[in-house]
Amino acid sequence: MKTEEPEPASVATLDPGPEKIIGPGHNFGSVTDEIAGVVFRPFTKTPRQLFIGFAFAFLLVNLFLVAVTWLFIRGVSVWGIMIPVAWGFAIVNFVWWIGIGHAGTLISAILLLLKQDWRTSINRFAESMTLFAVACAGMFPILHLGRPWLAYWLLPYPNTMWMWPQPRSPLVWDVFAVSTYATVSLLFWFTGLIPDFATMRDKAGNSTARRIFGTLAMGWRGSAKHWTRYQKAYLLLAGLSTPLVISVHSVVSFDFAVAIVPGWHTTIFPPYFVAGAIYSGFAMVLTLAIPVRRWYHLEDLITMRHIECMSKVMLGTGLIVAYGYGMEAFMSWYSGNEYERYAFLNRMWLGGYWWTYWLLILCNILIPQALWSRKVRMHIPTVFVISLVVNVGMWLERFVIVVTSLSRDFVPSSWGMYYPTVWDWSTYFGTIGLFLSLMFLFIRGLPAISIFEMREVVHHTESTHDHAA
Amino acid sequence: MITPHDKSNKQGSLYGIMAEFDDPESLLEAARRARDEGYRAMDAYTPMPVEGLAEAIGFSSNWVQRLVLVAGLCGASGGFLLCWWMTVIAYPHVVAGRPLNSWPAYIPITFETMVLISCITAVVGMLTLNGLPQPYHPVFNVPRFEHASRDKFFLCIEASDSKFDPAATRQFLLDQNPQEVSDVAS
Amino acid sequence: MKPEAHNYWRSLEELASTEEFRAYVEDEFPNRTPDWNNPGSRRKFLRLMGASIALAGVTGCTKQPKEVIVPYVRSPEEMVPGKPLFYATAMTFAGLATGVLAESHMGRPTKVEGNPEHPASLGATDAATQASILSLYDPDRSQIITRDGNISGWGDFIAAVSRARDAAGLKKGAGFRILTGTVTSPTLASQIQEFLTAFPQAKWHQYEPCGRHSARAGAVTAFGAPVNTIYRFDRADVIVSLDCDFFSSAMPGSLRYARDYSARRRAAAENSSSVPPRLYIAESTPSLTGGLADHRFRMAAGEVARFASGLSSGAPEVQAIYKDLEAHPGAGIVIPGEHQSPQVHAIAHALNQKLGNAGKTVVYTDPVEAAPVDEIASLAELVKDMRDGAVETLVIFGGNPVYNAPADLNFLDALKKVNLRAHLGLYSDETAAWCHWHVPEAHYLESWSDARAYEGTVSIVQPLILPLYGGRSSHDVINILTNRADQSAYDSVRAYWQAKRPGKDFEDFWQISLHDGVMAGSAFPERTPPPVKPAPPVAAASAAQGLEVVFRPDPSVGDGGMANNAWLQEMPKPQSKMTWNNAVWISPKTAERLGVTTGDVVDIELSGRKVQGPLWIMPGQAEESLTLHFGYGRTRAGRVADGVGFNAYALRSSASLWQAAGATITRKSRGYEFATTQHTQTMEEHDPFRAATYAHFHKEPEFARPEEKQVPKDLSMFPMWNYDQHKWGMSIDLNSCTGCQACTIACQSENNIPVVGKEEVAKGRHMNWLRIDRYFDGQPENPRMYFQPVPCMHCENAPCELVCPVAATVHSTEGLNEMVYNRCVGTRYCSNNCPYKVRRFNFFLYADWDTKSLMGSRNPDVSVRSRGVMEKCTYCVQRINRVKIEGEKQDRPVRDGEIITACQQVCPAEAIVFGDLNDPNSRVAKLKQQHRDYGLLEELNTRPRTTYLARLRNPNPELEKG
Repeated sequence: MKTEEPEPASVATLDPGPEKIIGPGHNFGSVTDEIAGVVFRPFTKTPRQLFIGFAFAFLLVNLFLVAVTWLFIRGVSVWGIMIPVAWGFAIVNFVWWIGIGHAGTLISAILLLLKQDWRTSINRFAESMTLFAVACAGMFPILHLGRPWLAYWLLPYPNTMWMWPQPRSPLVWDVFAVSTYATVSLLFWFTGLIPDFATMRDKAGNSTARRIFGTLAMGWRGSAKHWTRYQKAYLLLAGLSTPLVISVHSVVSFDFAVAIVPGWHTTIFPPYFVAGAIYSGFAMVLTLAIPVRRWYHLEDLITMRHIECMSKVMLGTGLIVAYGYGMEAFMSWYSGNEYERYAFLNRMWLGGYWWTYWLLILCNILIPQALWSRKVRMHIPTVFVISLVVNVGMWLERFVIVVTSLSRDFVPSSWGMYYPTVWDWSTYFGTIGLFLSLMFLFIRGLPAISIFEMREVVHHTESTHDHAA
Repeated sequence: MITPHDKSNKQGSLYGIMAEFDDPESLLEAARRARDEGYRAMDAYTPMPVEGLAEAIGFSSNWVQRLVLVAGLCGASGGFLLCWWMTVIAYPHVVAGRPLNSWPAYIPITFETMVLISCITAVVGMLTLNGLPQPYHPVFNVPRFEHASRDKFFLCIEASDSKFDPAATRQFLLDQNPQEVSDVAS
Repeated sequence: MKPEAHNYWRSLEELASTEEFRAYVEDEFPNRTPDWNNPGSRRKFLRLMGASIALAGVTGCTKQPKEVIVPYVRSPEEMVPGKPLFYATAMTFAGLATGVLAESHMGRPTKVEGNPEHPASLGATDAATQASILSLYDPDRSQIITRDGNISGWGDFIAAVSRARDAAGLKKGAGFRILTGTVTSPTLASQIQEFLTAFPQAKWHQYEPCGRHSARAGAVTAFGAPVNTIYRFDRADVIVSLDCDFFSSAMPGSLRYARDYSARRRAAAENSSSVPPRLYIAESTPSLTGGLADHRFRMAAGEVARFASGLSSGAPEVQAIYKDLEAHPGAGIVIPGEHQSPQVHAIAHALNQKLGNAGKTVVYTDPVEAAPVDEIASLAELVKDMRDGAVETLVIFGGNPVYNAPADLNFLDALKKVNLRAHLGLYSDETAAWCHWHVPEAHYLESWSDARAYEGTVSIVQPLILPLYGGRSSHDVINILTNRADQSAYDSVRAYWQAKRPGKDFEDFWQISLHDGVMAGSAFPERTPPPVKPAPPVAAASAAQGLEVVFRPDPSVGDGGMANNAWLQEMPKPQSKMTWNNAVWISPKTAERLGVTTGDVVDIELSGRKVQGPLWIMPGQAEESLTLHFGYGRTRAGRVADGVGFNAYALRSSASLWQAAGATITRKSRGYEFATTQHTQTMEEHDPFRAATYAHFHKEPEFARPEEKQVPKDLSMFPMWNYDQHKWGMSIDLNSCTGCQACTIACQSENNIPVVGKEEVAKGRHMNWLRIDRYFDGQPENPRMYFQPVPCMHCENAPCELVCPVAATVHSTEGLNEMVYNRCVGTRYCSNNCPYKVRRFNFFLYADWDTKSLMGSRNPDVSVRSRGVMEKCTYCVQRINRVKIEGEKQDRPVRDGEIITACQQVCPAEAIVFGDLNDPNSRVAKLKQQHRDYGLLEELNTRPRTTYLARLRNPNPELEKG
């Protein structure tokens, strides 16, 4: 599509190619101006695609509001859930969103520890994605309650009845894990933003912006002493988030692994859920980064190198997930347990949902294998499509786990099929709308790339040049 | 209000004298020299962390990690004790034939509380030690200081320093061939 | 008189046809809002209705009848709040009484139990009797006396009827007719007789849509008199059922028969010395009896007669069976089906005499009917006279002939020719719509009467509550005709028996009869069997073209009289697990041949008459034979039943009441959606239900507990909890269970379980705490049918508890898996993690919080659940606690058998036993010692407290190879 003129502040908008993580000719000032420029662009200069995208997303948000209102009026009965399939889309979406969030933490924390400098220009972006994904995910466990207005009963708080939660239940673990995850992600994100807020404060043209950013920057002045403590804290956050992100999806997988339902009761779940989470997360980062990078001409900051690295991560985690599927199949046979065996046959062809299983194999295992070829990894449209396919596939995976397993468990007399209703779908698409709206607002209103870390990158590249010279 | 505004040409007590440099290397150099001169009360301001700068101005602190360690231990034990207390003391019930204190089930919560408390401590601790939020600081009186968050590197020798002498210090800084040297009104 | 009557007749005709009249009826009886199924609009509707119902309901609720009624319990003092009183009374089906004890809370009947002292109950009841409590409070019951649809009064009715009677009196009563159902009530009969003697020309007609027509006719053919036959299964070793489903409530004495038969099977399973009875059945459509039979011969209903005569004539294909019968002279039973031809009955009588069973396992008494007549002929005569204009006044007591009279009689057309038609009925039904007068009838829990059981025992029907809707009993109405309008039903009944038992001791006799619920020594004495006339020869295979149609009363709503009872509508039919529907049952092969399948809506055409209904492929159904169930297709039954299913009576002809040949079906549309509670018909690869033959069992007693299903006691890394005080447990004997579903409804009544409606059932959201799983085993043509009641297992390691985040389901110190409704937030995780799927969830606000009258029916000891809350079987914890409190008050331990759960109490086969496992001498503990005892899914180490006793079959070695 045709986009308007690149705005003056930015220097070269040429993609430096796969080995570079930043375009040529950048100095401290230019990266600062280019990134901050996105925010300080006059409203009218916002790319058209952003408006269209936001309008569409906001439409979905309204759909979500309608769906939730109806849900609260009528109760969860508006969904297709029944006995035996008492969990439907709500839990599928919950796991899916949480999973998507994980890539953000991974990029910002784990890659930081691994000193992967290519993470720099996408980590802020990914962290925000985490926040919004967790926000979407966090709503479902509450919405799906029979009596949502009592959701706070899952929290341990002193009450006149002197009743307390039951910490043996994975759902209580969820409460702790997800709330911790949300809090930590927010801290991480905000801490990363403080120096950039200072930058924005000092660059702000009008006083309102200056006041807002000034308040957020809390008087940050880049003192060397501050930087030392800052870096220590940031490193600690990264160090703590790394086990956290793994624990969170492990706990989510316990919702299933701890239960005795055939197809749920599996020890492989924690690792393979975590891998799946990262898998879907990276897919989502690509899905969002590719268009944004184009609309805002950030090709020189989010380079082919980034795209390729993320594709490789997708490929790798995808293979772990594939291994997980294989193990499930193997164990169902090797365990010699009639129910496990039956559950898997049911998943593959006996039950009414067999096609979802094969579709997920196609989306999660077969199609992504294309990423082995460098040509594919370098071809943005293909990568974009694959990332979408993986998003769908990972959603299907959760559907197969939750719904198919429940539809046929132990006693044949009480088997049954679950059919999603229009309200199941509206709630799901609604959260997608919410997620996108928040993303669009974020990239318009905040520096989508960590400015001070980009300065470091500039510094390093310069110094390396000096050595070369 | 944390906005930099121009007070430099106003007479008043002096906070310090500030030199502006183009690149981190020259700032580092200047900082080292100042320390060799015997200056102690000084600080450097940079748009991004610069390796070795803290050492150069003779600063080191490891309070953050100490705090986080303590917090982590508290979080973990707190989490476990909460579970234990809820199921054994406060609300004891036979659940799924498990004993009241079915400790293996409490491990996830123990871990999560550990992480939660440590992370909050890390951030809050970092900010408090840094004295943030801080609505006003003299360095913002320097008009060009807004570049400290963009592309320039500053070294400020403070008036509180025993060795501080307006003229001598100014001269010393000028010798470090900076972009510019300016007084910092307090 | 004449011209006046003439216009009047015509004007009604016009009225009835015009729109205004329809509209008028619409709001006069708001019974026809068809979407009761939709909870939403149901509730809305009821909010509107609320007020009017409240008036009737509330005022009625707390008042006891003014006459002295005698509580059953030991303490007949005035009621103690919170302590229920039990009164003995009797419910009648097709005239025959089943003795019940009605539980009354503060004068409010809430539950019906069987009367242990009543021969037809022995403490058990069937599903319909359980559900009768709901009918009592049904807001759709008619509540006002109407004349031409206008509100009128009792006085006016008396005046009108008396006038008509006096007019007829001038002609010795000619043209005055009474139509009742089968009457066994001695009082009512004598009242009618009194009227008939005063007006010799008046006539009394009886018609019962699903009465004992064949049995009577058969007896007449065989003995020349309508002898009443009773079967003694406790003495029978070999039973041959000729299409007789003697476990279904359609069979008089079924509860007694189930009790006796299962007792024999149990005994044989417990000690190898006693012989298990062997049951052969020849039937066209799968029945409960067929499910328990050791050999099931599947044949068109029309073939059964030939099968029977084959037995008597020693046909080779039935040799083995006959040999078996012969081998047990005087210990066999040949029992003909209620819905078979009189001929089959005659043959059966002949066989029983030939084999020496008569007088031993098959005993005869006088007929229990007060005036046994050929009811079909009686009705036909009435219709003929009406058509000829010979009937000027017709008073209909209770029946609904417009709906259920044989179609060929065209009852309605004839009825329209009658000048004055009065109808007494619980509902303003199809017949009421065509009668000038309609009088609300009193429910049996509201009225005084008396009735005989299947073997003659008399019970006094005593009310527990004043008529909620101002109903009147048949006695009140007949009293008008006998000029005793001032005499109450109570006076009539008491007067009748006083006359029978003159003397000072009458008061005691009366008190005792009321107290016990049975009249001592009123059972008929056995009669020495009169010689049997040779049964008429059976016609050779009729070359009738087309399909056979078999009519049956519906397994849940019977003949349709209780169609408006939502509990029965939602009760899964034992064989098909279908709710809220009747269907056309067809065998898999026949369906294949005709290229039709389940869900196809077809026109069934039979001798020029046509009905449209959905098909249901029924494994075990005979080839080329369709089964249609009565009781559906009501148009004026009430909000529950209107427009549900199709009316099979529309195909029925007086000539062939129960089966007819030569039907054709044509598909009209496809994809009709049924609401069934079980979708998987077989056990797939699992084995929740375990069965073997007695022989195999004696060889390998542990067959029900295979090695791989056992888990070591120390499997868990944690120590087991020990339950030192009580340890409640339940044992369910699959060898006894007939699958009759009575327990399901008893549970519903005891625990205030809501009804969810067809749509919700179709979605898989039915609420029954106790379900009965039905599995087919073997060839789909003629499979074995297994029934397995599944309540909560109360696992000691309950998976549901582990996953509840708010401890809303926890274990009690006595090992009950308790559900704390108020704490539940509705994550539904427990249901997912329940391997037995016995937990039920309130997806909507299912409980009806609006209808005042229904509130009266609720059990005050059980909380009514709200939206978003999980619920499930509690082992009737309210009953457990009531007994424990009694025990503490008397400072004694709880005795074994003192705590009886609702399902246990109602079970005719005594298949369910509840008790304390810590008491080694308790019945339940002993049962769990048996080899047959196994836990469902015990390999999961859930340690279920509810366990099963495996099913045993006793096949004839000659017939079953291997």
